[in-house]
Amino acid sequence: MNLLRDIIMTHFGTNAVLCNGAYPADVPQILVPREQFEDVGWLMKEAGARLAAEWGVDETLFGRGFALLACFARDTEYLLVKCDIPLDDPTFPSLSKKHPTAFRFERQILSLLGLTPTGHVHSDLRPWIKHEDWPVDAWPLRKSFAAAERMPRVEGDYKWVKAEGEGVYEIPVGPVHAGIIEPGHFRFQAMGEDVLNLEQRLGYTHKGIEKRFEQLFWSDGARLAGRVSGDSTVAHALTYCRGVEALSGTVIAPRAAWLRAIMLERERIANHLGDVGAIANDAAFTFFFYQFMRLKESVLRGNQRLFGHRYLMDRVVPGGISADLPADGKVFIDGELATLLTEFERIVNIYDLNASLDDRLRSTGILTAEFARELGTVGYVARASGQPVDCRILAPFSPYDLIPPRMTVLNSGDVHARAWVRIEEVRDSIRLIRELLATLPDGEALTPLGAVPSDCSSFSVVEGWRGEIIYWLQSGPKGEVNRCAVRDPSSVNWLALEQAVHGNIVPDFPLCNKSFNQSYSGNDL
Amino acid sequence: MLKILHQIFRTGVVTEPLPEAIEAELEVVGCHLEKTIRRRFHRSLVIREVDAGSCNGCELEIIAMNNPIYNCERYGIQFTASPRFADMLLVTGPVSVNMEIALKRTYDATPTPKLVVAVGDCGCNGGIFGESYASLGAVANVIPVDAHIPGCPPTPVQLLNGILQLIG
Repeated sequence: MNLLRDIIMTHFGTNAVLCNGAYPADVPQILVPREQFEDVGWLMKEAGARLAAEWGVDETLFGRGFALLACFARDTEYLLVKCDIPLDDPTFPSLSKKHPTAFRFERQILSLLGLTPTGHVHSDLRPWIKHEDWPVDAWPLRKSFAAAERMPRVEGDYKWVKAEGEGVYEIPVGPVHAGIIEPGHFRFQAMGEDVLNLEQRLGYTHKGIEKRFEQLFWSDGARLAGRVSGDSTVAHALTYCRGVEALSGTVIAPRAAWLRAIMLERERIANHLGDVGAIANDAAFTFFFYQFMRLKESVLRGNQRLFGHRYLMDRVVPGGISADLPADGKVFIDGELATLLTEFERIVNIYDLNASLDDRLRSTGILTAEFARELGTVGYVARASGQPVDCRILAPFSPYDLIPPRMTVLNSGDVHARAWVRIEEVRDSIRLIRELLATLPDGEALTPLGAVPSDCSSFSVVEGWRGEIIYWLQSGPKGEVNRCAVRDPSSVNWLALEQAVHGNIVPDFPLCNKSFNQSYSGNDL
Repeated sequence: MLKILHQIFRTGVVTEPLPEAIEAELEVVGCHLEKTIRRRFHRSLVIREVDAGSCNGCELEIIAMNNPIYNCERYGIQFTASPRFADMLLVTGPVSVNMEIALKRTYDATPTPKLVVAVGDCGCNGGIFGESYASLGAVANVIPVDAHIPGCPPTPVQLLNGILQLIG
């Protein structure tokens, strides 16, 4: 039962074809004529679905041209819509008229694959991720592109949004920022202390990850996926592995599924602890920073002791996990979580009662529910602005179907709400780990990976600590990696930050930014 | 306010000494580091961290160096917002094509004499990303490097150890 699929099939009739070889079966992939691709946009908009991702693929190795895919999501359903694009006319109808998230997706498709959005007046064709000093015809995701060679630098110009008027000035920030954080460029137009507009330009950490996947074996890709965004290494590796397992028909052991969930929740706890402390730090409250960082460190050391790596890198592998829980693991975690929860509640109590912190965090950086919905935000950014999205609950996989998380949704959409959602999630993750441990199945934790058939694709989605992560994998004519499309939650949430800082003062930007804490590396790929 | 004070006193000093073996190593490294920093940099080694394209894993551990457990400031190590004040650049990579110019400018803006440390497997040799159209690989391919700290990511102890070996 997939209502989104029915809407498309009813509208297109015989013009729409359900694709074979697209896994899993409950996420259908429908091929529609390119000329009518724009219809998909408004049909899905009317149905209340969000555009979760849009990407292109070069299918010349199959003797075909290019293809464009759009992923829509509504409640528990995901749907992929595809259209073929001939080699001699690399254009596609834009979805940006109905879905504002399409702007950056389509700029990226144009920049990296050379497919031009048309139809609705696409006002923004500036390169995205690709910087202005790349050759215009450097399209790395095309099969004909020499990915190993150095690109020449060319003269180029990037047209920034301008603001004019008496007293209006510009503040360029980055790419090298003041703190120990990733590189990106922010440009503010301000008047006095008030931010009139913020424009982001990212892409500084673009390392060619999607292209690199195409050079690796399926089994080795998990290592790369674990380094798309180092702070979400478990979540990314897990999404990739679920995709490979769907593609190869591998069914993992229950013990592996349980331990993966424990690792995912431990990653969530560690990051939430560090970030809530860092938010307080950006409001000049170092007490909380040091207290929360101390707790985060204890979780990292627990990871090292239990699974042999502080951030659990390379612990999730195709077919299961590479490090099983040691014999005394359960006892250790029980003690660890009891101490953690006691300490955590004590500090949160102080946090909650602190009026000066409250004054800085409340009503700062408000993302309205309307923007959160229209921009298709995910993760705690969405849940702090009244959007009930969490794919552990909406699109659960084992063991989350048996041990469901509890969703916290707040409505104020400010820095406080984003921090508080994460505080609640720490509590819930502790509960989840306890329940997972109590029901942990025995047996093996690694299953041999099956063979990957040729010309198939798979879609996988996992709720990392930052939000919904999407992978779409496609096997080539020999069963090799033809395409690995990655959509980190940051790709949609960055756009929401631009909206949330409107009307705030420049000195509050670090606070707003920290409360979003999106990944640069996950966005730039 | 009373609760904050209560929590501070209850927590005490968490920086020293801890029962695990790793802490013993940390103490040895820390003692050397403090002496060397006192002698060579008059108690203060100022570092500018530059992410030249990393996956942000190395940044997590560099931030952890500043947490109360590792507390690198007790050895006189501090991080600065501007390369103009820096004695050392701690560079994580691989250096992306899009960060090459910014990294070179940061290097040029750092007063001489300066030290450059390439951090992480990617900073040392390009790691899993290697060299490609988008990645220039090791930091040493772009600016002169004085020391390497491998690891994916290197732990805070390995980071402190690597810094000591360079200035010791």
